Amino acid sequence: MNVMNRNRRQLTVLDLLGRSGDTRTRTPRGARTHESKPDVQDRTNGSDRSVQAWTNGSDRSVHVHTLATKDVSVLYGDHRALQGASLAFDAGTVTALIGPSGCGKSTYLRSLNLMNREVPGCTVEGSILYHGQEVNDGSVDSFALRRHVGMVFQQPNPFRMSIYDNVAFAPKRHGVKGKQDLDELVEKSLRDAALWDEVKDKLATSALALSGGQQQRLCIARAMALRPDVLLMDEPCSALDPIATLAIEDTVRSLAAQGICVAMVTHNMQQAARVSDKCAFFYLGELVETAPTQGFFDNPRDPRTQDYLSGRVG
Amino acid sequence: MALLEEFNKVAAVPGVAPEAPLLADKGIARARLANVVGTRAMGVVCVTATAVIALLVGALVVQGSEKALDWGFLTGAPQQFLEGGGIGPELFNSFYLLVITMLISVPLALGAAVFLTQYAPQGRVASAAKTAIETLSSLPSVVVGLFGMTVFVIGAGWGFSILSGACALTLFNLPILVRTIQQALESVPRSQRDAALALGLTRWEATWRVLLPSATPAIVTGVILSAGRVFGEAAALIYTAGQTAPVLDFSCLDLSSPTCPWNVFRPAETLAVHIWKINSEGVVPDLAAVSAGTAAVLLASLLVFNLLARFAGKLLEKRMTSS
Repeated sequence: MNVMNRNRRQLTVLDLLGRSGDTRTRTPRGARTHESKPDVQDRTNGSDRSVQAWTNGSDRSVHVHTLATKDVSVLYGDHRALQGASLAFDAGTVTALIGPSGCGKSTYLRSLNLMNREVPGCTVEGSILYHGQEVNDGSVDSFALRRHVGMVFQQPNPFRMSIYDNVAFAPKRHGVKGKQDLDELVEKSLRDAALWDEVKDKLATSALALSGGQQQRLCIARAMALRPDVLLMDEPCSALDPIATLAIEDTVRSLAAQGICVAMVTHNMQQAARVSDKCAFFYLGELVETAPTQGFFDNPRDPRTQDYLSGRVG
Repeated sequence: MALLEEFNKVAAVPGVAPEAPLLADKGIARARLANVVGTRAMGVVCVTATAVIALLVGALVVQGSEKALDWGFLTGAPQQFLEGGGIGPELFNSFYLLVITMLISVPLALGAAVFLTQYAPQGRVASAAKTAIETLSSLPSVVVGLFGMTVFVIGAGWGFSILSGACALTLFNLPILVRTIQQALESVPRSQRDAALALGLTRWEATWRVLLPSATPAIVTGVILSAGRVFGEAAALIYTAGQTAPVLDFSCLDLSSPTCPWNVFRPAETLAVHIWKINSEGVVPDLAAVSAGTAAVLLASLLVFNLLARFAGKLLEKRMTSS
């Protein structure tokens, strides 16, 4: 995993510098899930790894973000829902996307894993880079990308299957075989989502019998089962009570500690302050301000951000 | 104006107990009366509907139960002129034709419904298909029968046969089936599909692995209910599957022989067609008893279909959610 990831990152650095020609471009489909079952220690070094990867490149000034966008605009038909958003996400960090309803933050999030391609009449303009590789030009298969960029939705939406099958479903479809491998993967993913201890004795029961908070953590486990390095969360706690919300927040922090890059849309400013390392404020389809969370809440620069944080708009 | 004044008079003053005792005024009394009358009226309609069905079923059971419970009647061959004819071949034909019809129509309907809900561009294609399906579903079945005769019996040269009948019944059944499956698929929350797509599954996988399994209980229920409709259909079959029931020899496995039960190119009179035929041109002396017995058997089969639909739907639902 380590080696593979480093290879990939190194490559993208070279690509950026215009020195292509390496044939080992991407890991083959179906191979990664199996091979990339890292132990926890591996993940905890995540942020170091990205630094490593960055210094491995011949030009030390180039830092390749896990995920970055440049001038991303989203149109629904003629309606421009988002205008020119540029933002970068790094491994091991949590980025909170905040703003009033309808400001384009969910739309932005959904373009990061190309989910907007599933919406008829929706076009995404601009550049979306995953480890430096352009994914918004049709060259990258959106289904392949989504294996590496997981997503958790606003409403918990477990499949109508058992708890086990919910987690094992996607890896199975992507070619993981063998009961032992799957068992291991399911346990690891459920542990990632801090759900293992609660469900380990009832893996065969329906996922729909779980509480809302547990269902949402199951959805996180389901996304983590593909071992993505980016997790997109679209208001994951808005349907949950405060206790379940805290459990999700803990989960998010521990995922970030494992080196996962998390981007989370939230309405809840306290949540953004508790969980995120970086905040991005969207207003009326525009990315207004991005800053480290501490500075963002203490000294917002843009007057619109000030108004929103003090409750005057939104 | 008067009403508003009256209304204002009884409006509560904040913090002050109302002077007038809390009794119903004219407006409230009227609303209460409307409530009582409405509830009773709906009750009467409901009781009437149930009574009609009960009467119908009761009459059929009383008249037909003796025959319907007679094993000889259920398995025996029909008679042209004598008393004591059975409905054995008709009973078999009804089920066999049903199976063949379902084998043709379920895959077609499934494909059409999946295409319409998942792939068809919303707008012109979808709405044209919708109109076509709705029109087809209100087509009189006798017209379907005549169309079937023109196309399958004469045009394709299949004669009066099970295959012609099954094709005609497919035309008759398809619109309802497509709509049922479409509705079942649409009732699966969109978030399920999004979840599957976000896991890097293709649309095809999302549809067949997530949406269809989720919709299966509703689809199975719909399929079985439509099977009931097909089972009781007569008009579409008179001109396609024919009005004769050759004596069947169950030991015969020669698929081209007219006495082979599995031969799809033999004519096959069904229960519903049998009822129609003996009542319109039958000369057997126990005509009324045979007709009532056949009707009772048909009704009992439909009841079984309905119960089966409910039971199967629930069972699948339970197994799928593994609760």
